[in-house]
Amino acid sequence: MEEIFIGDFEFLGKGIPRVDAKDKVTGQAKYAADIEIPGMLWCKILRSPLPHAKILNIDITRAKRVIGVKAIITGKDFQGFRWGWMPATRDEPPLADDKVRYYGEGVAAVAAVDEDTAEEALELIKVDYEELPGVFDPEEALKEGAPVIHEYRPNNISWEFHMDFGDVEKGFSEADLVREDRFATGRVIQGFLEPCSAIAYWEGGGVTIWAAKQSPYFLYRHIAQCFKLPLNKVRVIQPFVGGGFGGTKNDSVAGDFCVVMLSKITGRPVKFIYTMEEVMISARRRHNAIIYNKMGMKKDGTITAMQSKLIADGGAYTAIGPLTMYLTGCISTLPYKLPNFKHDAYRVFTNNPVSAAMRGHGVTHTRFAAEIQMEMMAEELGLDPIEVRLKNAIEAPHETVNKVTVLSCGLKEGLLKLKESNLWKEREKEKRKNHILIGVGVSGTAYLGGARQRGHQAAAAVLRLCEDGSIEYLTGATDAGQGSDTVLLQIIAEELGVPPEQIDIQRVDSAYTPVDPGTYGSRVTALAGEAAMKAARDLKRQLAEIAAKEWNVKPEDIVFKNGKVFVKDNEEKGLPFRKMAQIACYSGSGRVLVGRGHSEYGIEPLDFEKGIGNAGTSYSFTSQLTRVEVDAETGFVKCTDMMIAHDCGKPLNPAIVESQNQGAAVQGLGQAIYEEFKMDKGKTLNPNFADYKIPTALDVPNIEVIHILTEDPNVPYGAKEASEGAIVSSPPSVVSAIHDATGIWFKELPVTPEKIALALREKGRGS
Amino acid sequence: MEKKEISFRINGEEVVLHVSPNRTLLEMIREDLKLTGTKEGCGIGDCGACTVLLDGVPVNSCLVLAVEADKKEILTIEGLKENDKLHPVQESFIENTALQCGFCTPGMIMSSYALLKRNKAPNEEEIREAIAGNLCRCTGYVKIIEAVKKASSSIGGK
Repeated sequence: MEEIFIGDFEFLGKGIPRVDAKDKVTGQAKYAADIEIPGMLWCKILRSPLPHAKILNIDITRAKRVIGVKAIITGKDFQGFRWGWMPATRDEPPLADDKVRYYGEGVAAVAAVDEDTAEEALELIKVDYEELPGVFDPEEALKEGAPVIHEYRPNNISWEFHMDFGDVEKGFSEADLVREDRFATGRVIQGFLEPCSAIAYWEGGGVTIWAAKQSPYFLYRHIAQCFKLPLNKVRVIQPFVGGGFGGTKNDSVAGDFCVVMLSKITGRPVKFIYTMEEVMISARRRHNAIIYNKMGMKKDGTITAMQSKLIADGGAYTAIGPLTMYLTGCISTLPYKLPNFKHDAYRVFTNNPVSAAMRGHGVTHTRFAAEIQMEMMAEELGLDPIEVRLKNAIEAPHETVNKVTVLSCGLKEGLLKLKESNLWKEREKEKRKNHILIGVGVSGTAYLGGARQRGHQAAAAVLRLCEDGSIEYLTGATDAGQGSDTVLLQIIAEELGVPPEQIDIQRVDSAYTPVDPGTYGSRVTALAGEAAMKAARDLKRQLAEIAAKEWNVKPEDIVFKNGKVFVKDNEEKGLPFRKMAQIACYSGSGRVLVGRGHSEYGIEPLDFEKGIGNAGTSYSFTSQLTRVEVDAETGFVKCTDMMIAHDCGKPLNPAIVESQNQGAAVQGLGQAIYEEFKMDKGKTLNPNFADYKIPTALDVPNIEVIHILTEDPNVPYGAKEASEGAIVSSPPSVVSAIHDATGIWFKELPVTPEKIALALREKGRGS
Repeated sequence: MEKKEISFRINGEEVVLHVSPNRTLLEMIREDLKLTGTKEGCGIGDCGACTVLLDGVPVNSCLVLAVEADKKEILTIEGLKENDKLHPVQESFIENTALQCGFCTPGMIMSSYALLKRNKAPNEEEIREAIAGNLCRCTGYVKIIEAVKKASSSIGGK
């Protein structure tokens, strides 16, 4: 078992096997699609064949006659309900009612006895549309006279966000070199393998819904609002979740609302499972963005100012887009010293599918642009790529111009580790093997952990002690695969001195678990971890009082370790934890021992309008080397090695932290060189994994993860972000490597073989 | 459509079933036999989540018709352990943290199991080839490849 010493701990810092592993390797783990209830109906959704059109009429009479069809609903059944992340931008209906705004938007839904019958009925629903002119490019959508997608936003600007700190003009005037470039990030999707799915059962004036969500409590509130139910009549139960990566599974989808409505109408349980094609045409994607970046640098590499303008394709609805815009700017002041910074972000409506959050939310776009531009400028000034980063890297403690406060920072240490590696030192040794061009690239980035956002920040834990010493742990946090269930149990085990197997984690059931916004922004270990730690300490305090009374000592002298409860410095005077639990539970008639804890981070004010303050409770720093081999004839890139120096503070489970880094880096590799939706007037042309290529086992490099240990007082046991940093660091280091191999800077993602081959040909002609 | 009677062994058990000619092996396994360990990701043979062994050969069960399993032997993730003892590949996935969300895991393990059946000591390239049809979005594959290597050692490969 992999171990890293992070303190005098029995369970923390150890790569113990995941608590869910056995269920997952035996096929016992139940996901939403695996749940069946007797009498269950199947729901299918009719989707728009047009990207922008008025709905004139929907005729369901023929479809209703199909034997086995139990109910059909259209947008009007939701009586004008709209949902969205902010009250001011709630603009999305469960099913389109007035008009459709993207190809694949839901317009009607059927509940039938089986999937085939439901599909047959869909074909008989007749929708009359009046097609409207569409707009599919955010810069086109900003032009005067462009088709208007939402009446409440006549200029198609879904959201804008502006930051202005220091004096950028003064900064540029102090620079020896100023560059302006246009960068673009691609249309990519999370790519989870478990399609969206839920099963709803309306009974007794309320609804129970089992849903594939990484943030089940988002759905909980949406359903309550949509169906005007009190929250105690909405029970959301979270099965195992087959990957999330932000966006879609943070949010609700049309199917969620439809199965609840259809169950309400029919009185029977109703289930939907999207096909992967439905996921890929209608689910949330990452925003694709254009970034105009301007940077000033002195001869010695010091950055004097940066100004960025970002135009993001928001697609047809707002969703969580305002937060995306905020994140494209507020973290740009990390990880390099930046005294002058101006940022203008525009999220623009188009008739494309909806853009929202994805792992590395917002930060990936602007960090990619800044990282590449910084290195382009270093090259012009004859500076080494690692040296220019070291020159500008912040050191803790640090406060940025927009009052982001960094209390620990392992960036310099990480960059120095990379600099000493053979991968870096030997990069000039072999630059070419026949027609294969070889390059090594670098990046240095930051990400936030313990995300804070507007609105509710809850994270709480309840521990119930059973008389045999076993413990039930209730948390509202969701493990969508990242491994948080294991880490949270390690925390409780550590505090109580009992093995993790003795504690049972209950997945979210809103009837019992405390409310929690879920998995995003690398917040679970930081916030739910804090809550778990406090709940364990609360339980320990109660047990210690009982033990102290038994042994006539002070409660603070009671120690919990190695499955025992004993008096400090006198292990003889003690009892097994199990025995102590029994005494405690029997110490009053039916005494209930419950430990409670909640996170107290994330309550300091944050200026969401101006981008001032901390978007997270802590910040991680990731530097990365990538080695590529580029085929000079075909432009094909083979990524052979990655080395990731990641400062997550203290890795509570090093194996899980490594796995998260590896997964994030490979997802980043996908968006750097493989993944991109091909669109034709709003229609996705490659909505499947054969044509939308995500990395396979043949594509992935060897990945070494180097843990950089730092001390951060603002997180439990010093654990910072470990899930998203490497998806920010990966694309710039890959592009930097391709430049090292080819001598060409690519500024638009993904850097496909086609682009490389064309650019090499162009370069050949020029030289 | 008229149903056809088929008989097969699945995870060592004899089964006789009436299935529609258009039913896929995946639908039969998940819906008729309630063996939900086999997952449906894409349903069109791109992702490998539904991998099962048909007469020892890994197949995407979404691309095979149920009637093709007639007189054959099917092995799914539920059939790997023997007398409550996990197969070394399963043990190795646990020990090496070779999974995250777990959705690709059953298919990934079936492909790995089939590889080790035909090649006790595969090299890294052979492992990568064997699981190339099983997509995983969580792990970046590194720990999966490691887990298969270690499973190979534990079953007497090298």
